[in-house]
Amino acid sequence: MTALLSIRDLTVTYRRDGSEVAALKHVSLDVAAGERFAIIGESGSGKSTLALAIAGLLPQSTRIGGRIDWLGRDHAPLGGRDIGFVFQDPSASLDPVMAIGEQIAEVAHTHLGLTWSQSYAKAKSLLERVRLPEPDAALRAYPHQLSGGQKQRVAIAAAIAAGPKLLIADEATSALDTIVQAEIVALIRHLVAEDGMTLLFVSHDIALAAELAERIAVFRHGQLVELGATAQIIASPGDAYTRALLDAHLGLDAEPLLQQAGASG
Amino acid sequence: MSPLRRFLRTPEAIAGAIILVALFAMALAAPLFFPGDPQAIAGAALLPPFQDWSLPLGTDRLGRDVLAELFHGARTSLAVGLAAAAAALVVGAIVGTLAGFAGGLVDEVLMRVTDAFQTVPGFLLALAFVSVVGPSLGVVIAAIVLGAWTGPARVARAEVLSIRERDFVAGARVIGMHPLEIAFREVLPNALPPVLALSSVIVAAAILTEAALSFLGLGDPNRVTWGGMIAEGRAVLRTAPFLSIIPGVALVLTVLGVYLAGEGVVETTAVRRNLS
Amino acid sequence: MTRALLLLHHRLIGSVFVLLIVVIGTFLLLEAAPGDAVDAYIASTGGDAGMIELLRHRWGLDQTALTRLANYLWALLHLDLGQSVTFSRPIRDVILERLPNTLLLMGSATALSFGLGSALGIYAGARPGSFRDRFLSIGSLTLYAVPGFWLGLVLIIIFAVDLRWFPIGGIESIASGKTGLGRAADIARHLVLPVSALGFIYLALYLRMMRAGMAEVWRQDFVLAARAKGLSRRRIVLAHVARNALLPLVTMLGLQSAQMLGGSVVIESVFSVPGLGRLAQEAVAARDTPLLLGIILVSAVLVIVINLLVDIAYAFLDPRVGASEAGV
Repeated sequence: MTALLSIRDLTVTYRRDGSEVAALKHVSLDVAAGERFAIIGESGSGKSTLALAIAGLLPQSTRIGGRIDWLGRDHAPLGGRDIGFVFQDPSASLDPVMAIGEQIAEVAHTHLGLTWSQSYAKAKSLLERVRLPEPDAALRAYPHQLSGGQKQRVAIAAAIAAGPKLLIADEATSALDTIVQAEIVALIRHLVAEDGMTLLFVSHDIALAAELAERIAVFRHGQLVELGATAQIIASPGDAYTRALLDAHLGLDAEPLLQQAGASG
Repeated sequence: MSPLRRFLRTPEAIAGAIILVALFAMALAAPLFFPGDPQAIAGAALLPPFQDWSLPLGTDRLGRDVLAELFHGARTSLAVGLAAAAAALVVGAIVGTLAGFAGGLVDEVLMRVTDAFQTVPGFLLALAFVSVVGPSLGVVIAAIVLGAWTGPARVARAEVLSIRERDFVAGARVIGMHPLEIAFREVLPNALPPVLALSSVIVAAAILTEAALSFLGLGDPNRVTWGGMIAEGRAVLRTAPFLSIIPGVALVLTVLGVYLAGEGVVETTAVRRNLS
Repeated sequence: MTRALLLLHHRLIGSVFVLLIVVIGTFLLLEAAPGDAVDAYIASTGGDAGMIELLRHRWGLDQTALTRLANYLWALLHLDLGQSVTFSRPIRDVILERLPNTLLLMGSATALSFGLGSALGIYAGARPGSFRDRFLSIGSLTLYAVPGFWLGLVLIIIFAVDLRWFPIGGIESIASGKTGLGRAADIARHLVLPVSALGFIYLALYLRMMRAGMAEVWRQDFVLAARAKGLSRRRIVLAHVARNALLPLVTMLGLQSAQMLGGSVVIESVFSVPGLGRLAQEAVAARDTPLLLGIILVSAVLVIVINLLVDIAYAFLDPRVGASEAGV
């Protein structure tokens, strides 16, 4: 498998009120093209910071050390065209006063050189792909008229509109109800397979990640604690912290989880 | 960092504070530097500024000392600005607290009255009031308050509406405190901060309204006012424009000082937010 | 559309109550005047005690306050505002004559302040903390501190007296006999300075609001999402940030209308524009209380109508207004 992304010794420091907070400390890992990679951690672990750093979305005031190298590429990746980003809360990540059709179409219009009417047609087909009912009506609808799950489907549609090679889902299901969570995870898995995208799935839920990812990286307090194939980590976690995370989930779903872990990868 | 030190680190606050201190100094020092009647004739009429150093800013149509008038005018502007703002805040806070706390019909009625006062342009109301009652300092202040109290009233009411649901209010009710007592001893003090945040805007508006009233000849005739000076200068606008320009500059600097100091206070007390 | 109509219905009822309070309140206020219109009339034209009594009776000023109020309210229902003692004409006619000039002045000043103010605010807010942002921030604060009437005088000094580009006052050249486009151009030329004086002050307000609004919107998550989508900076600033930041400004339009109407009093006075504001000043000078009452009433109605229009416009601009909560 060819490597897509190579991170070496990445350190990210936020500047806040005159003091500095280190969100990531000397992180090194590689992401292969086409793989499904999960970044797991609790709050404050630095997982979202890593996602934002890879997407180039960190605020101006942050200090970044180390390197992020994109292999097989002669220019820096561009948001929208090369990287699709899905945020945690779709109520906040969609513009409240713009029709959702326009919010998807604008991505196609910007990156694919399509006219607006072509872009809207593409938006409609994307809404069909993300399984939103009545795509025609949906194009003209506004975010507040949709449910949480529907909004997140729209956000996913906008993220993949220009056909990016990498899809980053930053806690994309954390704000949704449990059943809807499962639907969205299935949708993401399906789309990623269909388009041959690399997936970076950020979550605090190791069980959810296990369903989706081939490799898991566990983070704690800004540092990479463990990295390995999903089956390996679930069956025999090397680090005590990983074990603790898994223990917190073991219960009713222990059996199916272990079976799942044996089945994937 | 103590609030005072944080205040002093904000450039807006420092600029505003300097201007206001200068203004207060002018107002307080007026009778010291320029004893006697500032409206008395001091020299030849229409003397341009910077010609005679005993009359640094020149004289007006009747030969009155412009600098003396400027200093005494500061007293009027400051007095009106502060008094009107204080009164507007008090009236507004009381009405707003009553409306928010009582709810129901009392709230409806008070809010319609507030609407009525907001619908009529404040300046027209002030105009009508002063012309009806007669121009004097107290009347001008009351006229300004007529238009200015509605803002604090709405803010106070909004605050009270959210505060009255809180536990400590329920607790006060349980121990049998009289509703009015609860409203004014428990709720109002907590509702005050956002209301007080309006104070600099109200002071600035009051100073400008007083100037406009004086300009139209409705100010207190026994006092020197910057608006009145500008009106006087209008008659000789072609030949001696400085008579209208100088008091106007004083007004701009004063109001600007009030705004800057107000923004400085807001900056100091606001929670520091992360710049993205 | 139904959203707007429902809103309208609700507001109209409330507005009637408000107007009633305005009428009664203003009536009571003007009752407190020592001496009435007759005294003022006699003072300027002369007359004896018999004349005073005759006039009082003719103008209905010898009845009790309550009777007069009742009569006044009844007349209002017929859109009759009474008779002006100064002009000896129906107040309604006098006001309707002057109203268009004030509307023209206010409308143009609002267009200037809102249009240019929000545009400059977008320009400043596009790069928060930049030099142009700080410059426009301080500049607009200073401008907002300027008294309107003084700005008018300064503009007169510079542009009418020194440069002679524009006339000193009035709304059109007297007895020029111009019609159509020529007349329009003449009026426009007369209005440039008063509109500028009235408009620049509120321009500062809209500039600051837009700037502050944009700074607030920049912090929102959907702006970060827009950046993640790789949209051009121009599109983010205009289509996303500005469009959201514009909404509170539209609301402000309604709130400002009352203030601007008050501001037009001094501006019309400085520039001798024959409008409603100037009429108010004349009414005060002549102690023509019925006329003053009529002006206050018309102003209140004007403010209510403007606010209603603004609210309807806002309902069109913000899709969230009046909508029921999200469906399934």
